[in-house]
Order: sequence, then C-alpha cells, then structure tokens
Amino acid sequence: MAEILIKNGFVIDPTRNIDGDVADIAIKDDRIAEQVGSGAKVIDARGKVVMAGGVDVHAHVAGPKVNVGRLMRPEDKLFKSPYAQESYRMESGFSIPSTFKTGYDYARMGYAFVMEAAMPPLHSPHVHEEIHDTPIIDQGALPVFANNWFVLEYLKNQEIENSASYVAWLLAATKGYGIKLVNPGGTAAWAWGLNCLTLNDTVPFFDITPAEIITGLMKTNEYLGLPHSIHIHQNSLGTPGNYGVTLDSLRLAEGMKAKNKFSRDTVMHSTHIQFHSYGGDSWGNFESKAREVMDYVNQQKNITVDLGCVTLDETTTMTADGPFEHHLTRLNHLKWANTDVELETAAGVVPYVYDKDIKVCGIQWAIGLELGLYAKDPMRTFITTDHPNAGPFIRYPRIIKWLMSRDAREETLASFKYSSKVIDATNLHAIETERNLYEIAQMTRAGPAKALGLSHMFGGLAPGMEANVVVYDLNYKDMPSDPEMIERAFSRARWFIKSGDIVVKDGDIASHGNKRTFWVNAKVKENPQVIRDIHEKFLKDYTVGLNNYPVWDSLAPNPYVINIDVEA
Amino acid sequence: MALVTLKPYKTPELYLECYNISPDVFAGKTSAEIAELDVREGKTTVKLGDFFEVKGNAGKTPEETEIRVSGDCSRIKYIGNKMTAGSITVDGNADMYLGGWMKGGKIHVLGNVHSFCGIAMEGGEILVDGNAENYVGCAYRGDWRGMRGGTIRIRGNAGNDIGTFMLGGTIIVEKNAFIHVSTHAEGGTVIIKGDVQGRVGGQMVKGDIYVLGAVQHMLPGFKKVGMTEREVDGMTAKFTHYIGDLGERHLKVKGKEVYANLYVMAA
Amino acid sequence: MPKWITQVGCPYCGSSCDDIEVLVSDDGKKILETRNACVIGNEIFHHVSSPDRPKKPRMRQPDGNFKEITYDEAVDYTAKTLLKSKKPLIYGFGSTNCEGMSAVARVAEKAGAVLDNCASICHGPSFLAIFDNGYPSCTLGEVKNRADVVLFWGCNPMHAHPRHTSRYSIFPRGFFTTKGQMQRTIICIDPRETDTAKLANIHLMIKQGHDYDLFDAFRTVLRGHDIPAEVAGIKKDQILEAVEKIKKGRFVMIFFGMGCCHTDGRNHNVDIAISLTRDINSHTKASIMAMRGHYNIAGPGQVWSWQFGFPYCLDLSKGTHAHMNPGETSSVDLAMRDEVDCFMNVGTDAGAHFPIDAIKHLKKRPFITVDPNICMASEISDLHIPVRVVGVEEPGIVYRMDNVPIQFKKVVDGPEGVPSDEELFDRIYERMCELTETEPIWLPSREHAKAPTAAEQ
Repeated sequence: MAEILIKNGFVIDPTRNIDGDVADIAIKDDRIAEQVGSGAKVIDARGKVVMAGGVDVHAHVAGPKVNVGRLMRPEDKLFKSPYAQESYRMESGFSIPSTFKTGYDYARMGYAFVMEAAMPPLHSPHVHEEIHDTPIIDQGALPVFANNWFVLEYLKNQEIENSASYVAWLLAATKGYGIKLVNPGGTAAWAWGLNCLTLNDTVPFFDITPAEIITGLMKTNEYLGLPHSIHIHQNSLGTPGNYGVTLDSLRLAEGMKAKNKFSRDTVMHSTHIQFHSYGGDSWGNFESKAREVMDYVNQQKNITVDLGCVTLDETTTMTADGPFEHHLTRLNHLKWANTDVELETAAGVVPYVYDKDIKVCGIQWAIGLELGLYAKDPMRTFITTDHPNAGPFIRYPRIIKWLMSRDAREETLASFKYSSKVIDATNLHAIETERNLYEIAQMTRAGPAKALGLSHMFGGLAPGMEANVVVYDLNYKDMPSDPEMIERAFSRARWFIKSGDIVVKDGDIASHGNKRTFWVNAKVKENPQVIRDIHEKFLKDYTVGLNNYPVWDSLAPNPYVINIDVEA
Repeated sequence: MALVTLKPYKTPELYLECYNISPDVFAGKTSAEIAELDVREGKTTVKLGDFFEVKGNAGKTPEETEIRVSGDCSRIKYIGNKMTAGSITVDGNADMYLGGWMKGGKIHVLGNVHSFCGIAMEGGEILVDGNAENYVGCAYRGDWRGMRGGTIRIRGNAGNDIGTFMLGGTIIVEKNAFIHVSTHAEGGTVIIKGDVQGRVGGQMVKGDIYVLGAVQHMLPGFKKVGMTEREVDGMTAKFTHYIGDLGERHLKVKGKEVYANLYVMAA
Repeated sequence: MPKWITQVGCPYCGSSCDDIEVLVSDDGKKILETRNACVIGNEIFHHVSSPDRPKKPRMRQPDGNFKEITYDEAVDYTAKTLLKSKKPLIYGFGSTNCEGMSAVARVAEKAGAVLDNCASICHGPSFLAIFDNGYPSCTLGEVKNRADVVLFWGCNPMHAHPRHTSRYSIFPRGFFTTKGQMQRTIICIDPRETDTAKLANIHLMIKQGHDYDLFDAFRTVLRGHDIPAEVAGIKKDQILEAVEKIKKGRFVMIFFGMGCCHTDGRNHNVDIAISLTRDINSHTKASIMAMRGHYNIAGPGQVWSWQFGFPYCLDLSKGTHAHMNPGETSSVDLAMRDEVDCFMNVGTDAGAHFPIDAIKHLKKRPFITVDPNICMASEISDLHIPVRVVGVEEPGIVYRMDNVPIQFKKVVDGPEGVPSDEELFDRIYERMCELTETEPIWLPSREHAKAPTAAEQ
C-alpha cells in the first residue's frame, strides 16, 4: 500500500455535505489523507463520480442457510455462471453465488462492507468459514437472538441485565456484531410447527409475547451500547394486511433513546420493509401500504429501515423465519429446506420466481420502490434486496436505476402483463420523484454506515476515514438520458480502492485486498447466574460441548474487534 | 439444405464434449471453419478437425443446415446441444446429452444413445433407432422444469428415470422401460409400448402415461377408475384407467382435484 | 503426570460426538486411555500410536515394490501428474477436516480435475433427492429435546452409529422429553431384524427394494385415500397404525440410511421420504435427516457448495465454470467409462469401497493415495502419501451429520515431518504454480487449522 491521488472527480460525500464538487481525494496507506506526496499514484477521475465504498446493511451471504440454498439448487448454476477471471477463483451461481463470486461481485459494484444478516449461533464457525472465503469485502454477522431460550427466559422475567450479559457472551463466542431479531417468538413456536403472527401471540411454553421480546432486546441493546441498534425482521412477513403489525412493532421504539459511543442515534433497524408493507386481506385484493408505513418512518426519527426491493428475478428465499418458508413452499410447491437449530433459531429456504407477469410480484416490486421514493430521510432508508430473498444483490444498480429514473420505472411497469392491475393496487405510477446521486450515496453508504455505528470509518471520504473510494463512470454534470447507463455504471466500478488497495480496475478484480471480519466485544461485569445458566444448558440441552462452541480465532484471522466497556 | 458430413477418424483418449456440433453453430460456416471449432477433452481445448474429417459447407441458416456424422459417436457428448433448427443424423451410437436443451429441428441416431438424451428439451424431434440409457427427457438436477415440448422416440428399450419433472411434450419408448416413469411430472405424455418394471407415475401431479405392455408393480397411490378406449401413437386400444399419485398434491379446478392418468392396455 | 483432555471430538462416525475424554502421556505423544467413546472410536484414538504406521511417502518401483521417498519428491510427482492429466479425479474426504477440503479445492481448480467425495457411493442419492425436493431437517438437539416419534428407515445406528441412539435419538432425556425412551415411539422400517429394529415399538419388515411403494402408501393414507391390502410386504393395518402414530406425534423425526438410498429406487426413495416429511408437516411437526457415515463427510458438501455451488461430483475441467451431474461426473461412472486419466484417493479407501471393475479401470493410469494409514487403496497405489490424523493429531472444523460445524481439537502431536492434508495440498498447489510459472491465488490472511490452546480457552 502506498499513496494514491484520485484527481478531479465529482465528489459526492453526504457526511460532509459535498454534492458533486470537483475535488481530489488523497489516500495514504489504508486511510483517506489530507494530502499526499508527488510520488502518489494518480487516478484521473475527471468527468466521473467519486463516492465512498458502499455499505450493505443486510444481505444473506454466508452461513448454513445460504449454503443449503447453494447445495440444493444446482439449477441456479446451470448456464448462469460462465464468468471466470484469469488469476482469480472460479465463480458460480446466480441468486446464491459462491463465496468467491460474492466477494468479487460486491467489489465490482464498489461495496466495501457487507453485513451478514442472520447468523445461527450454533453454526457460527460455518458462517466464519464462509466469511473467510469471501474475498475483498469487510464483513460482520448478526447472531439471531429473538427465539433463543436464554433470551426468552431472561426477558420473560424482565432481567435486562442478565439478557445483556448473555448477549455479550454470545457476541464474543460467535464473533458477532449485533442483535438480530427474526420473527420474534414465531420461530421458537415453529419448533412445534406453530407461529406468532401478531405482537401479542404468546410463544408456546415460554409465555412471552413478540412485543415483550422486541422491547426487551431493544433495552438490552442500549444497556450494552452496541454500535448497531437492534435489527429486526418483524412478525407476519409477506402476508397481505401485515402493515398493521409492522406499524405496531415500529411504535415500540417510541420514547426509546439510543445510548452508545458510536454516534448512532437510532434504536431500531427494521429490515426489508417491503415485505412488511402489505395491505388487503388476501392475494386477491393485495395492495401497497408503502405510504402508510413510510409516513410513520418519516416522522419517527429513531428508526432506520432498508427496502428489500423485489428485482423480478428467479431467486432463492431464505430466512430464519422458518414458518414463513413453510408457508411459501405450500404456496409455490417448490423444494423446501428447513433447519431447526436447538435452543436458538430455525431457518428455511425455498426457490421463488418473481415473475413480472404475475400481479402479486408486480405489486411487490412497486412497493419496494415506493418506499424508497416516499422516504423523506435517505440517511435512514437504505437500498437492499434482502439478498437473495427479493432478488440478488447484483441488482442494486438496477434498483438505483429505478429510483433515479421515472422513465425506467414506467418502462418496466408497462412491460407487465397486468400493469393496469398493478397500477390500481399501488401508487408508483403517480410518483414523479427521481432520486439524485447524493441521495443514492446516503442510501447506500453514509446512511447504513451510521446505522451500523461505523460512521467514523465507512460511508464518507473525510481524511482519517478508511480509504474506501469508488469511481463510477457517470458524469455528474451530464447524467445519461439512457437509464441503462446508470445501471451499467454502478454494476462495474471504473476504480475501487478498498482500504488503500486497488481492488477493481475497469470493472475487473485487480486484487484480493485485505478483508476483515468485524465483531463486537462488549465487556460486562461477571454475571455468575448467566455463567451458571450457560454451563447448565450446554450440559443438559445442547448436543455440542461448551468448550467447542466459541469460534476459534483462527477462523477470523484478520479481525477488527470493536471493544466496549459496559458501565455497570 | 446444405449437407455437412463429419467423419470421425480418431478416437479420443478420453471423451469429447462437442457442444458445437449443431446446425446453429455450423450455419454460415465453411467446412474449413467448422473444422476449426473448439471441442473439449477434459481440460484441454482441441479442434473438431482433429477428430473429424469435415466435408461440405453449412447453409446460411440453421434451418438450411443438415449435419451427418458418419461414424460412431460413443465417446462424443453434447451432439445437438441447444439446437433450434436444421437436422443431425448420427450413423452410429451417440454419447450423453444428445439433443440436450433442444428447442427445434430434428436428430436421428441410428444406433444407441447414452444417458440424458433430450434433457430439458423444449421442442423439436429426437429419433433413436436403438436403445437409450437412463434419464430420457429428464430435467437437469434440481430443476422443477423438465421437458417442456417436442418429441423423443426410442425404438428400442429405455432405462430408468424417463420424463422426470416433465411439463410437456411426448416421449415414446417402443420396447420396454425399466423403472421410474414421469416421476414428479406435471404434464406431458409418456408412452411405453412394452413392459415397465415399476414405480410408474410416482409423485406425479399431472400428465398422462400409457403402458401397452404390463406394469409389474403398480404403486399403491394409483387407483383404478374404469376402462376407456384411447388413441395412442396412431393406434386405438382399450385401456384400464388409473388415477394418481393419490399421495401427491394436485391442482384443483372448480373445487375438484385433477389427477395424473395412467392407462394400461387391457390384456 | 498424564493429562486428561476433555470435550474431544471423535473422528469416526457421523454422530461426531464431542464429549470424548482422552488421557495423554506426559510427553504429549501417546494416548493412554479414552472415556465415553464407543469401541470403534476408542480404537481410532489408540491406532495413531501403532508402530506400523507409515511416516514417509512410498513410491511404487518398476519391480512392483514400494520405496520410501521424501515429501518433496511426492509433492513434485503429484503436481506433475495432476498437471499432465487431461481430467484427473480427486476423490475421498471421508476422514479429513474442512481445511483440507478447502486446500484440495484450490489444487483441483488448478488441475482441472473432477472433485468428488465419498457421498458419491454413499449418500449421493440423498443429494439428488435434496436437489429435487429440498431438505426439511433440524439439528440433533431438536431430536433429543422434542422428538416423540422417531422413524429409522433403512438404517441401523446401533451398529453403524453406536452412540447415536443414546446421545440423540432414542434414549436421551431432553428438555421436552424428560422421560427419554419411555416418551418416544420408535418405528423401524427394515427388511431385517436389526438391533435397532429390536428396540422399536413398531417394526415394519419391508420387502427389500420396495421402499418407494411403502412411502407412497404412507402418503396416500395421510391424504385420506385407501391403499391395497398389502404394500411392500406390509399389511394395510400395520401401515394405518404407523401413520396414526405419526399423526399423533408432536415432533416426528425420520432418520434414513443406506438401506433407503442404496436399495432399488435410491434417490427416489429419499425424495419421496422428503415428500412424506412435507406432508406430515401439515398435521404436526416433522423433520428428516440422512444418517451420514463419517464424522466429517458432511464437510465437503458444505465447503465445496460455498466455493463452487455443488456438494459433490464437481467437474472443474471446463475452466470457466463448475459442472455437476451425477451419473456423468460421479466417480464410479467416470471410472467405468474411462473418462479420467489420473486418480487420487484422499482420506478414504476406494480400494475397499469401489466396485472392483471401477478400480481395474482406474489402475490403468496413475493412482495416488493420501491417507494416514495403510489401506487397500494405498497398497495398490503408485504413490502413498501419509498425513496426520484429523481429530487426533490435527485440529479442524468438521460437520456433523446434521451439518452442525464442530471444532475438533488435536490431542497429541503427529509423527515428525508428516504434514496435515491441508499442508500437503498447499505444497502440491505451490509446486503446480512453480511448474506452470503462475502466481498462486491465495486469499489474504492465510492460516492453517489452529485450535486455541487450553490457556486461551
């Protein structure tokens, strides 16, 4: 690593309110610098856009459910992955790419950090093995907590301190980053073939409700002062009329205050909100409730959301929401994998074809974009596809195209078999908003970095920050009239410098970079009860020994550990 | 029609993957250009001309191109891969994936074919004078979209897994078939003119199977519903009509479940 | 003082027990005693100290005898042979760690090889079924804590997985199954009266080769239809009784083994068993699991799926992309058809497991074995390269039969100079790069398998 000077590009950096100013970005080793010497490598970015590396707040890219998806879908590879770059590893798969392809494709799009959205703790060594084999990008992983026996028991008794001690222990044991909730209580119920569809359904045996789990974990999170807020996949995902449950869950954040040292001011991240903004009471009268949901998000400043946009592809759904996947396989009759994980969680996987000529798929597509267009604060609304659930992450550039160009949206909408029915059930056709590059930078970089408590490292180009800089082939002053050019530019970065390494040049991988695994080590004072509980549960209920449970350091050989001293 | 003749003159050490023996690839090419086309042997890339003597120029379009392989192709995979038009005749045997992912045109094999003949076929015709190994007209691994159209006729016997995940088209086996016919099928027609050992129509959702010989072991999920006269491949006969697989899910039309049909010729 | 090491993983069967206690001699070199292991597991721990163990590569000489050679010579020969071959086959991995499987994948990619594992002749049909129908499963703790109806279909854990029934499936008292065996209904489907069948409440002595028919009957009954008076040699009443027990269960678990996936019907037997599991989930909760044979035979299925997208039978010879189609790219088929021109047998014994004809075909070309021990394959090889024993002398990740990753420790040091599978394959890869004058493709932060020390824990 050495010095690099990216000259004369149109710089877009929402963290410093810079919107298209022509400026130079200097890099010294792995940091952005004020200036560099005359010997620096010069990259000419004249007439091109310069942004910080992208930050993905939510994608399923590593771990057991991703891999069961790969394993059970040979057809996802057939004729779909012929790309191999010389001197790099072979690349495979479309909706669930191999780890190598995952790293390469994110880098080609200029992404620097990707959060694996759901880590089953028992399987955490597997998650880290895959992260290890995903080149270039920095990654973290969120362990799932909302159906974990320890957590359910502590929260039932309102023992936030015990809950916090356990969470801290598990984060360290699994090298996890924060608190993920998936279908709180519902997945625990699924172990008996049941579900929790509203916030007040009681979880079988544990005698606690989803609302209590969400509130309890929110308190736990702020007790520990973790960098990220709780990250929730709400109950009743993907069901017509679920927006009511969605709003009820979001309201639980009212009055909650963020307490942390990472300049995070939000307390809840509600993920793939598209799947939770549904009206109607059946697939027959299914309609968009994007406006209702986004109106609330706009005024409730302590929450963030990501979109989970449908991309109209054949893809693979996968989630720790076990009962949902069972519901889905009964709808589309395609193959179904399920893994219930002892004491902790579950997961399901089902292939899904978002066919643009099916009305429901068209409506889902519109809802995702509506949410992205109704958002008043792009710093709290992030672009995702809930990869691979609503579509593969390689479609982010297409989402950006749709958000930036009404023409592109209208063209897609007009190509639907049932476009008038989709128009009737949604508002998209009437929305004229077109997002600009500054807002896109907020929604893909500055915003998610802040929500993850990483705004001091990622999402901006201020001196001292990580040297993650991407140059896109877009002229800020003369944006292309053809929206396809936008998609193309964001798909293949002209240059991408990741932590000071040139990892992409002319859209191709140029280096394996120096990927890191981010995890959070929250030090709490010793809690004998929790330690005793852990020993007891491993002795009696688990089938793996406690000694063999914590992830070895050698599995995350290049860690970036965020240490927190939790005040008693 | 312009005729291109390929005469094998060298046996490969291992196996050749000849994705390029197809009217779609040959169209518009001279014999010299055709001889320069790539074929794969393991990890090595060689030329079609290294193994075949190529005579004749191809037509302008696939429709106008006729390919004749005058010799044995027991070690040649992927003949007619993804072809859309034109014709191929193989004078001897052909190896795996004959007419795989085929969309149109015609293939005639005078000898036998190995497995995966007509895999995921969408249209066109395959005629095999000899026997076929396993997986005639099947789906690629994991795909729920198997054969969707076209016709495969095997004049001899066929092995197991015929028409797995079939959605449309017709497969005719003129002699006997081994086991597993139309497993998981959701459409299409399979006609076995000889006997089948068993597992006919297992997990079948929709579609038709005709057996003109005997089914040695009927599945318990198939129920006899009556006798019927049907026309099959140009002949009319009396059949015992079964519906099934009763263990499998079925689509409902107007509240009534639609089953798959198995017709076994009455003795 | 000899020292007890606890919570050690056992490198034997797919149960991958990690509660073994091993007494190690003062100098940390010899295993004196084990606790908790089954007889076979115990034997594996003691076997590493066997004086007959080869500690140097052995190369076949023109006179037919083996001669000891150096590891450098063995690495050089292997690298050259792999590079020269048009389509090498690298097979095995029943008994090594995931680090080794990852390292060999790099070699296979460079060599344009076919990469296959023991599933090819074992639970391969189960993979085919998973491709077609999915895999509604769970971890073994779910079975222990919840299952009250357990089916063993074509498997005999009492012999093949000796501690399976006591740790997970029949006897243990779990969180919701506090009465252990008393609380469980055991249904065994097997043509023989095995020791597992003897433990069953219901034993359906099925006519061999008719598993598919019986599954179809179960499904037909579950959907409320009538079935013939007898299916697969089982009377209708018995089938109805079994289905009734299943419907009344709170958590139904189906374990299946070779008797299901290697009798007539093969993948279809497993496929329809998965369909049955789906059906039962409309009535109550149900899961299904393959009784995987070796302690880490689920490992290559995981590692190669994330690296290439396929669990076995990977044809990497095409250069641009991986291709998989068992029936074509499966080891025995490749051998029988003479499709490969070099064979590498790693961490298994193809000599004992493959059909003799397949071995005869493979023996026409270079034949290399990588395995800690002398086995039938090693003795017919052109080159035998011994390596350390995973789980005893080498730590690493293994995947239990339920795909739970378990971090296996090492308990003693391996013989001096003998590399791990991972180290050996990395050396072969480096040599291949030297010979082809290409840059090796390492991901940054390369580190060989390393378990934390007791102090670090």
